[in-house]
Amino acid sequence: MKKRYLIDRSSRSVIFILALASFAILVAIAVFTLKEALPALQKIGLLDFLLGREWRPSSGQFGILPMILGTVMVTTGAIIFAVPLGVGCAILLAEVAPQRVRLLLRPAVQVLVGIPSVVYGLVGLVLIVPLVREIGGPGLSLAAGVIVLTAMILPTIISISEDSIRAVPRSYREGALALGATDWQSMWRVVLPAARSGIAASIVLAIGRAVGEAMALVMVIGMATAIPLSPLDPARPLAPSIALETSYATGLHRSALFAIAVVLFVLIIIINSLAIMIMRRGANAKNVR
Amino acid sequence: MPRMSANSTQKLALACIWGTGVVTFLILLVIIGYVLVQGVSDISWSFLTTAPRGGLSGEGGISTVIVCTLYLLGLTMAIVVPLGVGAAIYLSEYAPDNRLTHLIRYGTEVLAGVPSIVFGLFGFALFVTALHLRFSILSGALTLACLLLPTLIRASEEALRAVPRSHREAALALGATKWQTVWRVLLPAALPGIATGVILCIGRGVGETACLFVTMGGTSALPTSLFSGGRTLSMHLLHLVLDTNAFEKALATGVVLIITIVAINAMTNWLSQRFRARMTGGA
Repeated sequence: MKKRYLIDRSSRSVIFILALASFAILVAIAVFTLKEALPALQKIGLLDFLLGREWRPSSGQFGILPMILGTVMVTTGAIIFAVPLGVGCAILLAEVAPQRVRLLLRPAVQVLVGIPSVVYGLVGLVLIVPLVREIGGPGLSLAAGVIVLTAMILPTIISISEDSIRAVPRSYREGALALGATDWQSMWRVVLPAARSGIAASIVLAIGRAVGEAMALVMVIGMATAIPLSPLDPARPLAPSIALETSYATGLHRSALFAIAVVLFVLIIIINSLAIMIMRRGANAKNVR
Repeated sequence: MPRMSANSTQKLALACIWGTGVVTFLILLVIIGYVLVQGVSDISWSFLTTAPRGGLSGEGGISTVIVCTLYLLGLTMAIVVPLGVGAAIYLSEYAPDNRLTHLIRYGTEVLAGVPSIVFGLFGFALFVTALHLRFSILSGALTLACLLLPTLIRASEEALRAVPRSHREAALALGATKWQTVWRVLLPAALPGIATGVILCIGRGVGETACLFVTMGGTSALPTSLFSGGRTLSMHLLHLVLDTNAFEKALATGVVLIITIVAINAMTNWLSQRFRARMTGGA
């Protein structure tokens, strides 16, 4: 057989193996995390682990309810602020703003995406935390975490929502305007509903980013293990807890950290599958039309 | 309550929308402005070229940290580029429309959303402890490569798919094998697009902390081999904030990070514009 056919055939299998790698990594992560988490889940019990209110590794108490609540609260807070801001900004970029404003705002959003999370954390710590302390409490708090996270997930919402608003066919707008709608009515009643699957996907992805964020929150949220009762109290979400304790944890404590990772992993898979489903549905809807 | 007329509703709504744009821009201005204004005065040639001396006041500069960041990124790219581009070639050129392909695609998409710290914990368990690579640059690079893989696959696959069909047909018609078509025609044509993806990954790698924090150890000494520990710029900033009170040094490190990111963004924009022009301009 000619050499080039040999190369052709062997390269095909090499390429196939490379493609399998990404799937293999996912499986490896899932298997490894589960395996390491198993001792903790068996010893502590799933319910005691999920619903326990005390996290004291030194005395063998491993309850992550305060962490789960911390993650839920800080994520919800950030989403409440970031969604109106982000979707508004996406409409501005896609429909309203003149070219000059777009040329200024779009690179700004792009830079916001790229800024390392530790820089967000640093600015939060030196700028936001003292401001929160003025209002009351220790400053390192849920509120500071929410503000920092809002800034971090904003660009995700803006860029994906903008793309999906842009993807709405021109004829929709023309149709609405021809029926006598104002610009705003055509945007609100026609363009936004048509783009809703993309916008929903952007929000779900932003939730995923907020749930997984660790380092910026370590710096501003206080990391106290009690359940926060007001926005001015410190909190301790799931992801930052893993980051803070991994390097020195041993034995059951270490296994418990992996169990937290399993909780995060399950959360993220649910969130991402939702996002993928929403986007597929959006894509199918567009094909049908 | 009287209904608002359509015109005043529109005015109000547009005002709100402009408001959101202004707020977003202000957020960026505050973050970048604050770090630049506060941090730039501490940047000097000696800050960039002396090693950090450690201690509570965070004395010294960031020279070893810069070296370590470059070392880590180089190694990560050497691992992730062949893997990612190979997988992208498979998905765009070879993959049959079957269950396994769907599984690979789904795996990649889910992998893209897994939090950095979960990658970190995985890297810690597999590379640092199970494979005995210790807290090292190699462990960090392997972990970071896993994290960046889905991003690179997606970018490269898009670049390959953007190459017009006629290129493939022309190569095959000349008697090239599939691999020759891929290697001599598609890859060169998609190169700027793939390069954009690689630079994007470098940008993410520069900003990444969580997954490296638990796999690289964090010593500030100059790395001597793949197995020595290390500290990247982002990790250094985190260390300064958490373990010292040297906020001015942290801000100066932040300036270096922001400038790097802006430069990387400018480079990707320039490359992707060129790529688009090449693919649509018929050149």
